[in-house]
Amino acid sequence: MKKVALYLIVVAVAAACSSKEVREDAPVGDRSTAVPPTTAGGSSSTTRPTQSASLAPGNPLTDPNSALSKRSVYFDFDSNAVKDEFRGLVQAHTRYMTDKRDTNIRIEGNCDERGSREYNLALGQRRAEAVKKVMTVLGVSDGRIETTSYGEEKPAALGHDEASWAQNRRADIKYRGE
Amino acid sequence: MKRFVLLLGFLLLALCARAQLTIDITTSGGRQVPIAVMPMAGDTSQPQSVSDVIAADLGRTGLFRIVNTGGVTPLPTEPSQVNFADWTARSAEALVIGKVENVSEGRVEVRFRLFDVQKQGQLASYSYVVAPAQLRATAHRIADVIYERLTGDKGVFSTKITYVVKRGRRYELQVADADGFNAQSVLASNEPIMSPSWSPDGSRLAYVSFDQKKPVVVVQNLAQGTTRVVANFRGNNSAPAWSPDSRILAVALTKDGLTQIYRISANGGDAERLTESSGIDTQPAFSPDGQWIAFTSDRGGSPQVYRMPAAGGPAQRLTFEGSYNVGPRFSPDGKSLAFVQRDGGRYRIASLELATGQVTVLTDGILDDSPSFAPNGKMILYEAQVGGRGQLAAVSGDGRVRQRLTSAAGDVQDPAWGPMPTN
Repeated sequence: MKKVALYLIVVAVAAACSSKEVREDAPVGDRSTAVPPTTAGGSSSTTRPTQSASLAPGNPLTDPNSALSKRSVYFDFDSNAVKDEFRGLVQAHTRYMTDKRDTNIRIEGNCDERGSREYNLALGQRRAEAVKKVMTVLGVSDGRIETTSYGEEKPAALGHDEASWAQNRRADIKYRGE
Repeated sequence: MKRFVLLLGFLLLALCARAQLTIDITTSGGRQVPIAVMPMAGDTSQPQSVSDVIAADLGRTGLFRIVNTGGVTPLPTEPSQVNFADWTARSAEALVIGKVENVSEGRVEVRFRLFDVQKQGQLASYSYVVAPAQLRATAHRIADVIYERLTGDKGVFSTKITYVVKRGRRYELQVADADGFNAQSVLASNEPIMSPSWSPDGSRLAYVSFDQKKPVVVVQNLAQGTTRVVANFRGNNSAPAWSPDSRILAVALTKDGLTQIYRISANGGDAERLTESSGIDTQPAFSPDGQWIAFTSDRGGSPQVYRMPAAGGPAQRLTFEGSYNVGPRFSPDGKSLAFVQRDGGRYRIASLELATGQVTVLTDGILDDSPSFAPNGKMILYEAQVGGRGQLAAVSGDGRVRQRLTSAAGDVQDPAWGPMPTN
């Protein structure tokens, strides 16, 4: 067996080494601590109150005391089954949409990092479809719910262990305009 | 085990230590052709050493052993100046000599000769007149000639690769030379970029953009820098794969429910559905003759590799071992597929010989993805996760030669090897 190592310094694009780029790099630790310490079975919210549309006072979608502020359904590995502990959350959004006929949502599915990127995109979408199905069975019309996926591209937690993976296997409910 | 290290950093701007790229090559078994690549006369007065690039190209394949050329003076530039007995004593079987000269305003001539040491005969002799900025590209062309003469296969040193670099929340789609040099960003975004794929004519990249907060398929013309959204249907739009004539894209869409495979014009337009399963069908890949599309489907309960006629129709399952075989890519001769196989929680690149059904696991990573054949079929480029970050890696079709390109600057994802240059 032979091993040859060539140490090369590559001409990278200027952006690769500008100090501006360095500042834009969010340290991994910072991003991790910004995520609520949720577990697969937990009920913490991953709502990010960054959109002006949903910051209006008294908006039940963002009021932390409202069930509607909880937006994430978590899944087991390799599974798209909506677990019983998340039925209440999904039902609350179903009731809200039934009341507010002008609301539309997008359900975004996500996966943990394990596996092939494109297949994970499809798996995330299947998780989103599973949540959608609960809502359409309860009466929300199909046309009001778009399902998409970020696959493994938008992890909520950046670790490479089950604690992080459990937070990343999820479907997020987003109202149009958010 | 023997290990030696070449420091080539001085060649290139030490401006940017963060972008350091380490190339590790491991070979096991198999014969390596001992080749001596003499420094070229006049080389040191140029901005780029031609012989260093040639030696690095050949060495990286794992098929050559670079013979020490120390102490040979004066540098031979003509056949009459070659001392074959000396090269036989150094156990070189092939020898490269040459010279680099300024021939006119802003032009240099590079002349090289390749010899069979044992037969004391010349195998190739070429001359190129180029601008100094083209010396690196010229060295790759020379390495291509040498590689083809000595192995019988086309060299791929003049090809390009593309990949996604993620730094923090910033994504860049980059195009670089096959050796990782001359990386250029062709797209930057704060949203993910996925699955870049070269048009077979090399003029365009198709990829998945999340700029619209959901995956849509974009085609970018590399020379013009223009982009066009070619698939933005309800739901997900992803996994673009080019037909051999660069006119059609097979894509994965969810507009009718779960992910299924469709075909669209490479210029956009209506989508024609090709698969009709109740599960997930994705990751299409055209066979080089355009007759087949290989793809991933979990219609049988677990994700496996299937193939169907390119216009749709009955699908045939191709993988049977294990519960996770995804992301097939045809070899350029159409005789085998590279794909991702899960085994005991580890994801590795494997190949399937279509005639026999023989599966060979080629890599030993924990999370390998996105295999992509070199256009000569000899190496497979892929993404390997090392230390929690994606890195570029390559493995020979028989698994014996492994390269790992470790970049210090970010998470490198979804590589794809471009076609042979057309000129």
